[in-house]
Amino acid sequence: MNAATAEAIPAEPRAIVEVEDVSKVYPGGTEALNHVSLDFPEGQLTTLLGPSGCGKTTLLKIIAGLIPATGGEVRVDGKVVTGPGPERAFVFQDFALMPWANVLRNVAFGLELRGVARSEREAVAESYIGQVGLKGFEKAYPHELSGGMRQRVGLARALTVNAKVLLMDEPFSAVDEQTRRKFQEDLLELVARERKTFLFVTHSIEEAVYVSDRIVLLSRRPSRVSQIVEPDIPRGDDPEAIRRDPAYIDTVEEIWQGLKKYLDEGV
Amino acid sequence: MQTPTSSPALRAEGQASPAPARPAGTGLSSGSDSAPPVAPVALPAPNVMAQLVSHPLFLRLVSVVIVFSAWEYAGRVPISPAFPTFLETMDALSGLVADGTLFQAFWITLQPLAIGLLASVVVGVAFGVTMGLNRLAEWFGAPLFIIAQSAPLAALIPILTFAYGIGLTAKVMTVCIMAMPVIVLNSLNAVRHTPLSLLEMGRSFLGSRWQVIWKIVLPAAAPVIFAGLRLGCAAGFIGVILAELLITPTGIGDIITYNQSIAEYAKMYAAIFSIIVFSVLFIELIERLEVTLFRPEKRATR
Ligand SMILES: Nc1ncnc2c1ncn2[C@@H]1O[C@H](COP(=O)(O)OP(=O)(O)OP(=O)(O)O)[C@@H](O)[C@H]1O
Ligand SMILES: [Mg+2]
Repeated sequence: MNAATAEAIPAEPRAIVEVEDVSKVYPGGTEALNHVSLDFPEGQLTTLLGPSGCGKTTLLKIIAGLIPATGGEVRVDGKVVTGPGPERAFVFQDFALMPWANVLRNVAFGLELRGVARSEREAVAESYIGQVGLKGFEKAYPHELSGGMRQRVGLARALTVNAKVLLMDEPFSAVDEQTRRKFQEDLLELVARERKTFLFVTHSIEEAVYVSDRIVLLSRRPSRVSQIVEPDIPRGDDPEAIRRDPAYIDTVEEIWQGLKKYLDEGV
Repeated sequence: MQTPTSSPALRAEGQASPAPARPAGTGLSSGSDSAPPVAPVALPAPNVMAQLVSHPLFLRLVSVVIVFSAWEYAGRVPISPAFPTFLETMDALSGLVADGTLFQAFWITLQPLAIGLLASVVVGVAFGVTMGLNRLAEWFGAPLFIIAQSAPLAALIPILTFAYGIGLTAKVMTVCIMAMPVIVLNSLNAVRHTPLSLLEMGRSFLGSRWQVIWKIVLPAAAPVIFAGLRLGCAAGFIGVILAELLITPTGIGDIITYNQSIAEYAKMYAAIFSIIVFSVLFIELIERLEVTLFRPEKRATR
C-alpha cells in the first residue's frame, strides 16, 4: 500500500507553479499573452518554447512577480503571486550583474539583500562559485569575464538564495555550441542534484528536447499554449548516444512540425 | 547612453565627454598592450621607443610642451603688446608666489569657492537624486534648474548684488548658480537611466526600496553624477572669477583687474594661469576620488 503511493507520487508530481487564465496587454496596446493556463510540476524542468516575441519573457516575469498580469492569476506553492518572493529566483537573459561588484559580491548579492552576515553569505557564495566552475574568479569583475562566465555568475547568484523555483530566461544564449552542450550537461546534473523546479526559456528545439522533462509550445502573439510535449528520452547515457536516440530525433521533428505550422500560418 | 548635461559655456571648455577615458596612471600595462609582441629580444630598441611614445605621461608632456612653446612663440612675435610670453608669465608668477601675494589672493578667492562648491555638491546631488527617483519632485524642481542653467550669469549679477550686497554671500551665490544646475541635472539623468534589468534584479532578490537605491541606483549612477561634479566644479571656478571681476575685485580677480589697469600683463596672465592650473588639478582630484571610492572595477584594471 505504502509502496504503491510512493510509486504514484513521482508519476504525478504536484504543480508548484500554476498559471491560470493569464493575459497580458502592455500599456502600448501590445497583446502579449492571451488566456494562458499552465501548470509546472514540482522538481521538473519545464521549457517554454515559441517564436520570437511570443511572450516567453513576459510570462516568466509575470511568474517572477516582476510585472503584473492584466488578467488571471499565478499561484506558487498555492499562494497567489503579487510580487517577487523568496521561493523564486530569476536568471536574467542579460545577466544583470553589477559592474562595480566583483564575482563574489554579485553571487552573494541575493543573500546580502536578505541581511545575511557577510562571512556567512560569502561562504555560501564561494561554494556555488565552485559549483558553476568559476573557482579562482571570485575577485574578478564582470567586464573581465566572458559572456558564458557571466551567465554562470547569474546562475550561481540565483542558486545561493536556495529558492524552490528557478526561472531561467535563455540562460545559454551567449555561448558557442560546444560550451552550450557543456552547460546543458551541467544543467541536467544540477536538476538531478538540487531537486528544484526549473522554468527554462530557449529558442533551440534540440536544447529543449535534450534538457526538459516537459516542453510547452507557445503560439504566435497573442500567445496561448499550443501543445505540451513530454520527451521520453533515456537519460544517464552518454550525451552522443542520446542525440542519436530515435526518440530524441522524433521528438525534435514533432516539435519542429508543430512550430512550422505557425510559421506557415503566419505567412 | 547617458550623457552628462553641460552648459553651453562649458562645452567650449572641452569638457563635454561624459567620463573621459583616462589613460592608465601607471601606464605600464597600456604601453605593453599596444606594442606588437614580435621579437622583443631581436629588436629591443623600437619596442622601447614604441613603449615610450605610447606612454600616456609622455604624450601629456608632449602636448603641454607644444602648447607652452606656441604661447612663447606667440608672445615673442608679438601678437599683441598686451600678450606676454610664457617665460615672462612664469617669471611674474614666481614673483607673485615669492612675495606671498598669490597665496593671499587664493585664500580670499577660495572662500566663496569652497562654500559655494560644497553647497552645490551636497544640495545638488541630493536634489538631483531625489528628482530622479520621484517624478513629482522632478516636475516641481527641474524647471528651476533648467532656467538657472540657461540664464546668462552676467545678467543675473546686478540682481544678486541688489539682493545680497557685494560681500561674500553674493559671490557664493554666483558660484552656486554656475555649479548647481549642472550637478543637479546630471544627477537626475544618472538616476533616471539606471539599467532596468538591474532594478528588476534587485526587486526579484527581494531588495527593499532603500536597498535598491543604496546598493544599485546610486552606484550605477555614480559615473554620471561624478561627470556632473567635474563639470559643475569647473563652472564654479568660472563663477567665482566672474564674481570677483564683476562684483568687487578681490583675490585673484583683484590681481587680474589691478595688473590690467597698470598694464602689468605678465602678472595678470600669471594670475589667470595659476587659477586654471588649480582648477585642472582640483578636477583631476575629484576623478581620483571617484575611482578610489566608487569604481573598484576601474582600479582593478589599472
Ligand atoms: N515593456 C514592454 N512594453 C511594450 N511591449 C512589450 C514590452 N515588453 C515586451 N513587449 C512586447 O510583448 C511581446 C512579447 O515580448 P517577450 O519579450 O515576452 O517575447 P519573447 O517570447 O521573450 O521573445 P524572444 O524569444 O525574442 O525573447 C513582444 O511583441 C514585445 O514587443
Ligand atoms: Mg525573451
